[in-house]
Amino acid sequence: MKSVKKTRRKDFITYGIVVIAFIVMQALVMTGHISNSLKNQLIPICVYICMAVSLNLVVGVLGDLSLGHAGFMSVGAFTGIIVAMSLQNAIPSGALRLVLAIAAGALTAAVAGILVGVPVLRLRGDYLAIVTLAFGEIIKNIITNLYVGVDGNGIHFSFKDAMSMGMGLDGKAIINGPIGAVGVTKLSTFTAGFILIMVILFITLNLINSRTGRAIKAIRDNRIAAESVGINVTKYKLMAFVISAAMAGMAGALYGLNYSGLAAKKFDFNTSILVLVFVVLGGIGNIRGSIIAATVLTVLPEALRQFSDYRMLIYAIVLILVMIVTNNPLLRSVADRFIGSLTGLFRKKPASQTAEGGADNGK
Amino acid sequence: MANKVKLVPVPSQSVIPERDIDKSPILETHHLGIDFGGLVAVDDFNLTIGRTEIAGLIGPNGAGKTTIFNLLTNVYQPTRGTILLDGKATKGLKTSQVCKMGIARTFQNIRLFSEMTVMENILVGLHDEMDYNTLSSILRMPWFFRSEKIARERAIELLSIFNMEDMADDVAGSLPYGAQRRLEILRALATNPSLLLLDEPAAGMNPSETEELMENIRRIRDMFQIAVLLIEHDMNLVMGICEGICVVNYGKVIAKGDPDQIKNDPVVIEAYLGKKGAK
Amino acid sequence: MMGILSNLISGISLGSIYAIIALGYTMVYGIAKMLNFAHGDVIMVGAYICYCAISYLGLPPLVGIVMAICVCTVLGIVIEGLAYKPLRSAPSLAVLITAIGVSYFLQNSALLIWKSDPKVFPSIVKSMQPVQLFGGQLAISGITIVTVLCCVVVMTCLTLFISKSKTGKAMRAVSEDKVAAQLMGINVNGTISVTFAIGSGLAAVAGVLLCSAYPTLIPTTGAMPGIKAFTAAVFGGIGSIPGAMLGGILLGIIELFAKSYISTQFSDAIVFAVLIIVLLIKPTGLLGKKVSEKV
Repeated sequence: MKSVKKTRRKDFITYGIVVIAFIVMQALVMTGHISNSLKNQLIPICVYICMAVSLNLVVGVLGDLSLGHAGFMSVGAFTGIIVAMSLQNAIPSGALRLVLAIAAGALTAAVAGILVGVPVLRLRGDYLAIVTLAFGEIIKNIITNLYVGVDGNGIHFSFKDAMSMGMGLDGKAIINGPIGAVGVTKLSTFTAGFILIMVILFITLNLINSRTGRAIKAIRDNRIAAESVGINVTKYKLMAFVISAAMAGMAGALYGLNYSGLAAKKFDFNTSILVLVFVVLGGIGNIRGSIIAATVLTVLPEALRQFSDYRMLIYAIVLILVMIVTNNPLLRSVADRFIGSLTGLFRKKPASQTAEGGADNGK
Repeated sequence: MANKVKLVPVPSQSVIPERDIDKSPILETHHLGIDFGGLVAVDDFNLTIGRTEIAGLIGPNGAGKTTIFNLLTNVYQPTRGTILLDGKATKGLKTSQVCKMGIARTFQNIRLFSEMTVMENILVGLHDEMDYNTLSSILRMPWFFRSEKIARERAIELLSIFNMEDMADDVAGSLPYGAQRRLEILRALATNPSLLLLDEPAAGMNPSETEELMENIRRIRDMFQIAVLLIEHDMNLVMGICEGICVVNYGKVIAKGDPDQIKNDPVVIEAYLGKKGAK
Repeated sequence: MMGILSNLISGISLGSIYAIIALGYTMVYGIAKMLNFAHGDVIMVGAYICYCAISYLGLPPLVGIVMAICVCTVLGIVIEGLAYKPLRSAPSLAVLITAIGVSYFLQNSALLIWKSDPKVFPSIVKSMQPVQLFGGQLAISGITIVTVLCCVVVMTCLTLFISKSKTGKAMRAVSEDKVAAQLMGINVNGTISVTFAIGSGLAAVAGVLLCSAYPTLIPTTGAMPGIKAFTAAVFGGIGSIPGAMLGGILLGIIELFAKSYISTQFSDAIVFAVLIIVLLIKPTGLLGKKVSEKV
């Protein structure tokens, strides 16, 4: 039973890190010891932590490579915006509207997850990866051409233009096709972001350490063996995928309500990849690593701002070097010796484990 | 050959132990066959296994033995014929459903959940023993802890069969070879099967380990009162513990009988050693 | 009727560009088993080199193209040697992220060198008049003809090279089984380098053709065609050279027809939806090999 205690302690440390980080940041904000650019980053950091944890469930725990996670974020973001905007008069409390928006974002993203997951999860490896990429692009394309507005009679939508929504005179456009959402009331707060991280961590960690989580990990380690001991592979794959999508939807809603305007093209392939980079650098399957990587890599480009034009170049080089150093057996042994404890971030088995999104792992 | 059992023939021309004759057989196959493209991999395979029998499936390399295991567990859907498990047809079921009906197996090339701990491997086998759903596990309901505790105790019990309790927290992939093979058997047993399929359980083992394995297989059968069907190339093991033996070559049954009959069957000798050996 | 024919020709032309890019993806995938997401950015580099040669140095287009091919070929070898070679035994996901790092690197280098303002790509076939067919009802532009011709030539040469030459045979051997190929005395690393060189050289050709047809050049020019061509490679069966060709051309035709007859805005969604449907029916693409897992 040693392992149970060990897991529990590990989870508590993860929660603890998040709580302490929140308290420290909150104190810094209160006392004004924080730069404006970092302050503006606080909510996006929360969002990306949630995204990374959610994607880690698919890539690290289920072992399938998804390249379209931003799609679910997008669905959540725009659902959240629509819900929050259309309830503006009905519910005066911003916090309550935010909660409803996040819940609605989770719901629609979960539905999208089912629609995508049912066909996609029949495929394997790189084919699965490319189809998730395709779905991400389809979602982006659809939302880019979506017009939504609200008037006294309720919600109107159209895929052609703002006119064909047929709104009354009191109508107000919420989403304007390629321009995206405009005039959104900002509802997201750092505290809300912190709570969302805790909720998502709670769901993910508890899920992993349960029969469902073990079934999902078993499918990752050996699909055929999992089937042979009675695990319904389709069911658990879909479950992991949909839960992950729902959590991405929540993160999306928080993100969407953090800006006054938002266009669908923000949630493109690059955003999916960005989140994947967090997951891989944090250590595949390592939830705490995802949290740290998402934070560091969201802050890093800001911290490199003094290098202005060169910052993305530096980012790219750092990315390549980290990948090579942590994965090349020769360099890795050298780096381990020199960096020692610093590599804690990448400690958990980066080399031995892969998502099935690649060549056959020899099983 | 410590305790010799009397074997009696059944209609499918298989033999089963006399003690099982009053009970319905655990497994019956009728004219089972599968083609891969034009190749007939298994044809007209008929086998009956008694409730508590240790049966052997032998044959030269490439004879179709593992294919038969894959047919029995519905990894492949048969082209022809039927499989009756405890009298019920398994046609069209998924592998996972066949497992729930009572067939568990091990693999020729070990297939553990290698990134998970030994304990977790067994717990995956005990998946259906736990009765809480996903939502109550996320919300950590009281019955989640209760069910987990019972399952972990059961897992320790299973591990104790092979004295592996100390390894419970080790990562399965890091275990020594023999322990991996044993863990695979325990994981299969965790699913509470009525028929256990072992695919070359003694592969890579030395004679003393094989001796121990034979003892363990017999012990498992006695403890759980289940049937065991094993594929094995080690003839000492096969002749030592198997009751009914079925020999296949080129996807077809060439002989059935007790160990003595098989050992002296000229067709079997020819299949293994070629025509010259038979003379 | 003429409309359909005209769209078909444009589709084949666009598809030919996708096909040439897809060839690079598919060859690298076949041999290194990696999704080289930086491939799309090599296209962009090729286009910029050709642009510089023509606009800044005043060289003739043909010289510009040759320069672009040379630079990209070298670039391909350098990228492979510096970024991918150390990761030969690493998990595929690490290689994928590295490829993305390389992609960012190329895009941001281009941004520093050539700035973000769009460059208008000069036509490489100025002298050629559009060909008039059916008494002027159907006009085929010079660049369309050149593109399709290029594609046919590339395809023929590549097929001959892969099937007849010693290096080509080595490439096939490496793609089947790296270890066995090495045991047979094939220089695996060298073969992989050659594959990257050829793939990147082709990317340069594709870049020039792409920018001749759609003359706006920015540092992210290669990204979307890269993803589309990648889709085309998977569509045709990734790892298969005829598959990349077929996938590319079909994708071009589908995109053009979707734009003309269904919806301009949703053409991308339609293209990707077709890909998904094809993969659901044939999980390894149109010409991909079926691999079954041994139990």
